[in-house]
Amino acid sequence: MFKLLRRTALGGMTALASLIGSSAMAVEIEYWQYFFDARVDAMEQLIEKFEAANPDITVKMTHFPYADYRTKVAAAIPAGEGPDVVQLFYGWLNDYIEADLIQPLPTDVFDPARIDEEFFPMVQAMKRDDAYYALPTAVRSLALFYNTRLFDEAGIEAPPATLDELVETAKKLTKLDGAGNITQVGITTGMTAQDHHWWREVLVRQFGGEPYNDDYKTVNYTDDAGLAALNFYVGLEKDHKVTKSGFMDEPQAAFKGNRAGMHIDGSFRIGSLNKVRGLKWAVAELPAGPDGTKSNYSSYWVNGITTKATGEKYDAALKFLDYLTSDEAMQVWLDVVGELPAKPSVGMIDANSTHETYGPFIKGLAYANTTKFANESAQRQAMVDMVGRIDIEGQDPAESLAAAASEEQKILDDYYK
Amino acid sequence: MSIVSERVGNPATPPKATSDTVFAGRAPKQANMGQILRWLILFLGGLLMVAPIAYMISTSLKWPHEIYNVKLIPDEPHLENYTYVLEDGRFYLWFLNSIIIALITTVCNLFFDSLVGYTLCKFRFPGRYIVFIAILSTLMIPTEMLVIPWYMMSQAFGWLDSYWGIMFPGLMTAFGTFLMKQFFESVPDDFLEAARIDGLNEFQIWWKVAMPLVKPALAALAIFVFLGNWTAFLWPLIVTNSVEMYTVPVGLSSFGDEVDVAWELIATGAAISTLPTLIVFLIFQRFIIRGVVMAGLKG
Amino acid sequence: MPGYKNLSIRQKQIVWAWAFLAVPVVFYVVIRFYPTGSAFVTSFQEWNLLGTRAWTGLENYEKLWNDPVFWKVFRNTFAYLIIGTPFSLVISFVIAYHLDKTRFMHGFLRMLYFLPFMTSAVAMAWIWRWFYQPVPVGLFNNFLASLGIPQIEFLNSTTNALPSILAPAVWAGLGFQVIIFMAGLRAIPVTYYEAAKIDGVGWWTVLTRITLPLLKPTIVFIVVFSSIGFLRIFDHVFNMTTNNPGGPLNSTKPLVLMIYETAFSDFDMGYAAAQTVVLFTILLVVSLLQLWLLRGDATK
Repeated sequence: MFKLLRRTALGGMTALASLIGSSAMAVEIEYWQYFFDARVDAMEQLIEKFEAANPDITVKMTHFPYADYRTKVAAAIPAGEGPDVVQLFYGWLNDYIEADLIQPLPTDVFDPARIDEEFFPMVQAMKRDDAYYALPTAVRSLALFYNTRLFDEAGIEAPPATLDELVETAKKLTKLDGAGNITQVGITTGMTAQDHHWWREVLVRQFGGEPYNDDYKTVNYTDDAGLAALNFYVGLEKDHKVTKSGFMDEPQAAFKGNRAGMHIDGSFRIGSLNKVRGLKWAVAELPAGPDGTKSNYSSYWVNGITTKATGEKYDAALKFLDYLTSDEAMQVWLDVVGELPAKPSVGMIDANSTHETYGPFIKGLAYANTTKFANESAQRQAMVDMVGRIDIEGQDPAESLAAAASEEQKILDDYYK
Repeated sequence: MSIVSERVGNPATPPKATSDTVFAGRAPKQANMGQILRWLILFLGGLLMVAPIAYMISTSLKWPHEIYNVKLIPDEPHLENYTYVLEDGRFYLWFLNSIIIALITTVCNLFFDSLVGYTLCKFRFPGRYIVFIAILSTLMIPTEMLVIPWYMMSQAFGWLDSYWGIMFPGLMTAFGTFLMKQFFESVPDDFLEAARIDGLNEFQIWWKVAMPLVKPALAALAIFVFLGNWTAFLWPLIVTNSVEMYTVPVGLSSFGDEVDVAWELIATGAAISTLPTLIVFLIFQRFIIRGVVMAGLKG
Repeated sequence: MPGYKNLSIRQKQIVWAWAFLAVPVVFYVVIRFYPTGSAFVTSFQEWNLLGTRAWTGLENYEKLWNDPVFWKVFRNTFAYLIIGTPFSLVISFVIAYHLDKTRFMHGFLRMLYFLPFMTSAVAMAWIWRWFYQPVPVGLFNNFLASLGIPQIEFLNSTTNALPSILAPAVWAGLGFQVIIFMAGLRAIPVTYYEAAKIDGVGWWTVLTRITLPLLKPTIVFIVVFSSIGFLRIFDHVFNMTTNNPGGPLNSTKPLVLMIYETAFSDFDMGYAAAQTVVLFTILLVVSLLQLWLLRGDATK
């Protein structure tokens, strides 16, 4: 909190300094991201280092609460009020490209072939017509969190490596009260959280399917693989009775409250779990499928240059973006924020890839997929409703799957028409 | 004012009553079984009303791992959530911003809403009903659809990231206008007519004769407008850029991020930010009584 | 003003009225009607907030007409109105009526009823959500379990969720209505009660012949305003169903939440504007209908 005070004071001082110092020398560029203590800290460190190396450039960071950050950015940027460099969720990028609000990165500085090679493969989702439009500093993936105290209590030695083991392990971890109500779940479920990613990009593939065709423009999970994946997922609650969707309101709450043995979540959860006293947990890679297939889902925030940046500001913005995607910046981001490096050259060094917490996530990046969402919340809602219809209305899984597929296809068609 | 109300007070009011007899008309002095029962039921109902708030306070005293514990009294209550929230050097600044904005907006609403409400209630002029419905119709558009045009307007006029920018949409409200219009209906026209004969101009009649008679409604309006501005979130978020211009709700929303919400901190922030509204309520709710005694006595 | 003196009383009134209204009219036109008009225009366009606008005629309205979610949302919105308004009206009147007759610790009691209205909607929605959970954490279900009564799915149910969400909304708004009713009750001149006392009539007669008729302006206000409130319900639903907005299976989604999602998740501003126009029309019709039904000479 003194940090915060200092931050305000520093902000004032830089403003003052730029007034006094002859402004003809220094170019000021503006950078926007959403507010999260660690992210702001990390970015301050990066800006400090960047400014030390580039004395003629100053970077002004502005941050907004995460709630409605997207609305805020969408209102400001078209109005020309926005920043020169902006952090956006990867799924929003398309709209910004289409509206000419984000500039393609020049191929001389950001050579597409080099980026293809240097970054983890899923970053290629940021490429359009042989030019990258934005790049991440850090990425996130999924892994299996497990409660080591509850594992010890149930006499379980190791986290499950396959889906079959997952079910068996979950059974041992489930507790019921006298009336048969679940008081502790073996594994948390809830399509509203991360499970829709797990189902789409991991389970469907593990049961032999391919969730989408045609560069994520066509839904392709209505086949037997999709149905098997769905049956496995709803079977956790219906057949094996090792979970209850919406148990304790949110999956992560159940895990934090020591009332869930296992929990699938993203690397962004690490920080908040660390803060929970009395919770002992560890991480493992996601369980492999029946035939040993491994898969994962990765998402990320990217930094892009807006069309507002021109002339010397554009050049400064390029330099800044180049620094933000350097190995050094990625290591700072991992150390301060706990988000995973976007390049194997940083991620796959031993200190990181065998790290007991980050390791399983980083290993997952190698085989991760990134869904190209047209509208993530609407597409998530289709998954939520698919399970909801089975769960609440008792609909047949095959019918519900077909309904979800046509719903999602409609969203995609509307978007890509 | 006294002359006017004395003079016009006579035709409508009975001989002056003492405040005791005024109350006597409402609540018999001797406490009987019915009275005690009524009080007890109201009290129990009131306890039920605040029970969820008690849980909120309890949550603000808990550690993250026990916030889902059904127990009302935490196992190890502590104040660290409060220290965390208040130690943020900027919290006081947000607090000050919120107070300034809510106060100015409240005063502005008290003045304009009652002026417009009075005009719509007591004047006969062509277009009266249209104006009333037009103002009322502003309640029928959700704020969410207005923020984008407001943003563009603010940008064009250079109001972004300023107090004025945060305040301007709420300086007059259809809610207040409608409320005041309804309450001016209980002010007898004879009073105003008598004042007119006394030679007061229309503005004086409104300000000196009519306004004192609707003090309970003004007090209620003050409470609601203050509260509404104190809790406003979406527009202050959109219009502000610098952390120094945030209001309390915008600042407190930093406790939630992409994946996680620290509920114990949200509860703490909610508990702290309820205090000023509670004070405003306690100050103004007195007028809801006093205004009536006056109205009862003088007219 | 040489001409002013020559005007008739009625003409002077008109001059004064418009003088009083001058500043507010400018305010409302610029700050309120202009953005409203722009929403109406947008409803005939396609616009994702970022790019340029394209005219599409009635396409957004056709889409709305054929959207099954819209019709579900339409029903939900009226369910909130039809259940919420009478319930909150009767409860708040009963509370205000009795509070008005209570003197002992009056201010304290009144504060208890008003506190929920003052408390942050986000924080309170979380508390209520937690109350509604199944065992082991949910307060209500724990209570039922201790009595041996089977569990009730409050929120994870297409039938129970809407009333379960409406309850905290009514709870939070009660204080507001109680205060307005109290102010209205206290604005009734005591003369009438004294006259009734001299005549020796019973409390029921006093209530139905004096209190309620004289409270009419207040009742009109609360009926119209709380109807608008329930038709525009958003915060409570959004906060109560934050993980699955308007769910499960859209069973609790009101129109304003649909507008919000269309505008700020889907960024389909034209479609959101068309929904807004529909909402506007519904609200206007309902309000005018209520004002017409409750019309009459309330000034006396």
